[in-house]
This record gives sequence, structure tokens and C-alpha cells, in this order.
Amino acid sequence: MTLKEIAYRNLMRRKGKAAFILAGLMIAVATVVTVISLVDAMTHDINHKLEKYGANILIVPRTENLTLSYGGLSLGGVSFEMEEIQADRLAELRTITNAANIAALGPLVLGAVQVSNHRVLLAGVDFESARILKPWWKVVGTLPDQNGTLLGDEAARVMNLTIGDAIEVKGRKLLVSGVLEPTGSQDDQLIFTRLATAQSLLEKTGRVSMAEVAALCKDCPIEDMVRQISEKLPEARVMAIQQVVKSRMEAIHHFQKFSYGVSVVVLLVGSLVVLVTMMGSVRERTEEIGIFRAIGFRKSHVARIVLIEAVIVSGLAGLIGYILGLGATKSVFRFFTESHSVSVPINWELAAGAFCLALFVGLASSIYPAMLAARMDPNDALRAL
Amino acid sequence: MSFIAAQDLAKFYGSGDAAVPALRGANFEIETGEFVGVMGESGSGKSTLLSIMGAMNAPTSGMLLVDGIDVYGLRSEQQADFRREFLGFVFQSFYLVSYLTVIENVMLPLAIVPAAGKRKKALAEEALACVGLADKAGRLPNQISGGEKERVAIARAIVNKPPILLADEPTGNLDTKTSGEIMELLLKLNGGGMTIIMVTHSHPCARYARRILHMTDGRLAEKDRLRKVPTAAPVPDRQLACVN
Repeated sequence: MTLKEIAYRNLMRRKGKAAFILAGLMIAVATVVTVISLVDAMTHDINHKLEKYGANILIVPRTENLTLSYGGLSLGGVSFEMEEIQADRLAELRTITNAANIAALGPLVLGAVQVSNHRVLLAGVDFESARILKPWWKVVGTLPDQNGTLLGDEAARVMNLTIGDAIEVKGRKLLVSGVLEPTGSQDDQLIFTRLATAQSLLEKTGRVSMAEVAALCKDCPIEDMVRQISEKLPEARVMAIQQVVKSRMEAIHHFQKFSYGVSVVVLLVGSLVVLVTMMGSVRERTEEIGIFRAIGFRKSHVARIVLIEAVIVSGLAGLIGYILGLGATKSVFRFFTESHSVSVPINWELAAGAFCLALFVGLASSIYPAMLAARMDPNDALRAL
Repeated sequence: MSFIAAQDLAKFYGSGDAAVPALRGANFEIETGEFVGVMGESGSGKSTLLSIMGAMNAPTSGMLLVDGIDVYGLRSEQQADFRREFLGFVFQSFYLVSYLTVIENVMLPLAIVPAAGKRKKALAEEALACVGLADKAGRLPNQISGGEKERVAIARAIVNKPPILLADEPTGNLDTKTSGEIMELLLKLNGGGMTIIMVTHSHPCARYARRILHMTDGRLAEKDRLRKVPTAAPVPDRQLACVN
């Protein structure tokens, strides 16, 4: 017979109370684990998307554009455009410090052309880098050669063109080799050719209108990349496509703050459940504690029994709470991201943290009941002598 | 020097004009191996005296010496250690822990003793054998009779082999036949050298004591010895001398 066995046997006798404390702490721990796992997974998801799906840096010619508008009415603007970017200048990007972080570089030349009765935007692209820069493109047909063209879905519909049709652009015949499936973006309204073909048609040989860069920024902030590229291309304006990133990250940060707040409240409620239940339990055991003290248990022994009970229940709550939290994260994850495949791996640090948190909350909440039990006067407790 | 010596013990509950005297100026000595009964009407201060002797109720004034130790000069935790080393308690209401088996109840005082589990179990089995309940070791308290519960309480009180046994109305809830059996058991323990102080209302039970301390309104008076039995010699190794 040891103090541990006394504590364990008492818990087994009062299974209902033990289960109540367990449930309270378990829910608190599960909430914290869910919140942290969710925020982690959402941040990972957005980082993964940014790195894998599309450009995150734009290089455009430096312009000075004065726009005149008042009350929603645009009165036109005056634009003093500098020259377009020289295509060979883009080679400078391979000399920046973080050149290894550049996954793809896609120069683009743009210009308006007339096709039959339609005025349409022609884009000359490097189709190789477009695979990385525009992974959402799905081509029905094939990519064009130097005498071919790829049509956006909307452009094909409006111009009533299909694969195999020929169009004439600035006196040059181009064969429609493929049509893009709808992307929901401006690409649907464009016609695409190889970069050299477009440069030739638009009389912009050796020049590009802009360049898209897909930068892998897991280990370096995107601002660093932008700064490095800007230093190499002072004639260009380099921007991180941060708007979407920022808004998503801000949303995540807001969610994070709110969730942490909710977690703290749930933890407090959990600790109150432990405190009140343990105090009730101590009061019920007045006679038992009196016996312990009468037969020679010190105050510290009595307190230890109460705290051992707290450790047993809290430890269990930590373990089960972590597992529950992981399960809850998997269930709700798809409501917070666009991912269809949910991967929530076991995070041993979080598991250890959840276990320690449960122990801490359980023990902290049991200190007062333990002191109450220890301070019981054996004479009063027994009321027999 | 006597084994137990009380000097002007007094206990008042409350303070000032509202103070209620439960014990007034008690002086007595008890030798090693004595069997002393404490008798008196309800409210006479018997239980107060026993609780003071049990190191659980500090007197308002006076001194209690046990084996030369000033009991109430000890710190609270030292008093707990003193109870464990020197005292065994037997209560009228048994006060067994309901969720522990008979043998676990007996082992309770050993829960805080640094000893191997097997050794503790052996000591508990020895104590149970002494009270004749070796075959009930695995039962729960609600599965045994009142007399058996009292025996378990006695076994728990003696498992640590204390030199002093304090018994508060040990036969208060028992029938005559069972009471006799319990008293015989206490007599056997006393025969082994244990000093026994027993509070009782029962004159038949009191006859087992060698000496009676009679209490009236918190004052102590000693009756003549009711049973002339020589004081047993102290057992040097604190063995349980159970006479079968």
C-alpha cells in the first residue's frame, strides 16, 4: 500500500467525478491542440500554395502614371512610360544572392491586335516556364509552335474559333493548336503565342512588357527577393504579389488571436471544473482524511494523495485530449482551406506540450484543494475523539 | 519516570466568558504496559482527554509527556510522526476506508513507511492473524460484521507495533458476546506489553482495565484498581505477543 495506490483506488471508487474532471480537461486540451494544429496547417497550406502554384513576384517597367478621378468619374490619365524591359536584362536575376530560390522566370510581351472584327490582347509567353507559373492551365489540344496560337476559352467563344482554325494577325497566319479550359481569370480573354512570335508581331523584338517570377520563399522572406531583383533591375518596378498573401495571412492571424483567446477561456473553464470537483471530493473525504492524519500521515502526505490523483487524471486528459484534437483538426481542416487532401501529421512537440499543459492546469487547479485537505484538523475531521 | 505523564492538563473551548472547560487540571501517570480505563458521563471530558493523549488536540495549558517527549512541544508534522511511531487508534465507529480491502486497511499506516511491499503485506498479515481475521483479508468493509470491523480496526492500530493503544468506546456498537471477544483481544495485547488507554461507558468492559480514571465535569479522579493484574514487562523488540 502506497500513497499512489490510495490515490488510484480513490479515483476508481469515484469514477464519475474522475470522468468529469477528465472530460473538462480533455476538452480544454483538445481545443488548444485543434487551434494550434489548424493554424499550423493553414499556414503550411498557404505557403505550399504560394510556392507551388504560380508567380509571386511581378517585374514591370517603371512608369509614372498620373490618374485624374473625382467622385468615381475617371477623367483620364497621363502616362509617361519608360521603355519596356529589355529581355536580356532578365538574365541578371540569375546573379542575385537568392537565385536558387527562383523556381521559374516567365517573360511576357503584351499588345493589342485585330483578329477579324475583334480587338484582342495578344500575349507572348515562354510556355516552358508557364508550366510552373500557371499550373492551373489545362490545354485542350497542344501548345503552339512558332506559327501557332493558343486561345483563351472566352476568346475562342467570342471569335467562334476552334482547334485547327487559322487566324490572321497583322498579316501573319497563325494556326489554333489549342484552347485553354476556363481559368476564371483574364487569361480566358487572351490569345497566346510563343514569346518570339508575339515580339515579332508587336514589333517588340528583344523586349518584354513584364516578367513573372515564381520564388520559393519558405526560407527567405519575399521582401529580400524583391529587394535583390530591384537592385539588379533599377529600370523596373518589382512587386511581390502580397495582396492575396497578406489578406490570407491577416485572416489567419486574426483567426489565430481569436482562437487563442477561446483556448484560454476553455482552459480556464477546464481548470475551474478541476478545482470545484476536487474541492467537493476533499470535503466528502473529511472522515477519511481524519483517519489518515490520526494514524500518522503528515499534511504533506495528505496533500500528495490529492495531487497524485490530479496527476493521474490530468496526464490521461493530456494524452486523450491531444488525440481528440488531432481528430478534430482533420475534421474541420477542409472548411478552412481549399485543400482536399488533409495531412495532419503527429507533432511530437505539440503532443508533449499538450501533455505538459494538461498536467500544469490539473496540478495548479488542485493545489488549493490539496492544501485544504492537508490543513484539516484530524480531531475535527473525525468528530469521534 | 512514568511512560505517560500528564501535568495540569486543561482544555477550554471558546474564549473569554464564553469559554467552556472540557478538561480541568488533569494530573496522572501511566506506566508501560498498563491497561487504563477512562469512564464518565457524556460531556465529562473523556473524549477530550483521549484526543489530547492522541496528539490531536492541543491543551489550553499543561504538559503531556510520553516516554519523556513533550508531545505538544513538537511541530505539527513531528506530532504526525509521533502518532505513527507511538500510537494506535481504535474508534467506536471503526473508521475503515470503504474502498480498501481488509488487508489494505490494515496496511494503511504503512503507506508512508519506506519498506518493500512484501514486508508491508507480511506485517499486515501478522496483525490480521493476531486478531483472528487472516481469512478475511480480501473482503471489503461492507462485507464483514461489526465485530470483525472492530478487529480490523485493532489490526490497523497495531500493525506498526506501537507501544500505546488508544481505544475510544471500542465495544460501543457491538453486542455483549462480541464485546467480550474484543475485550479479550485487548487483554491479550496488553499481555504482550502494549499500554492501553480505553474510554468506555461499559462497566463489564471497564473490569478488564487494571486502573480506572473517572471523569466528572472535566476533572479527573482515580478509582481503586478493579483488576489486580501485575504490570506486564515491556517487550523489548516491540513484537506482537499474540496469545492464541
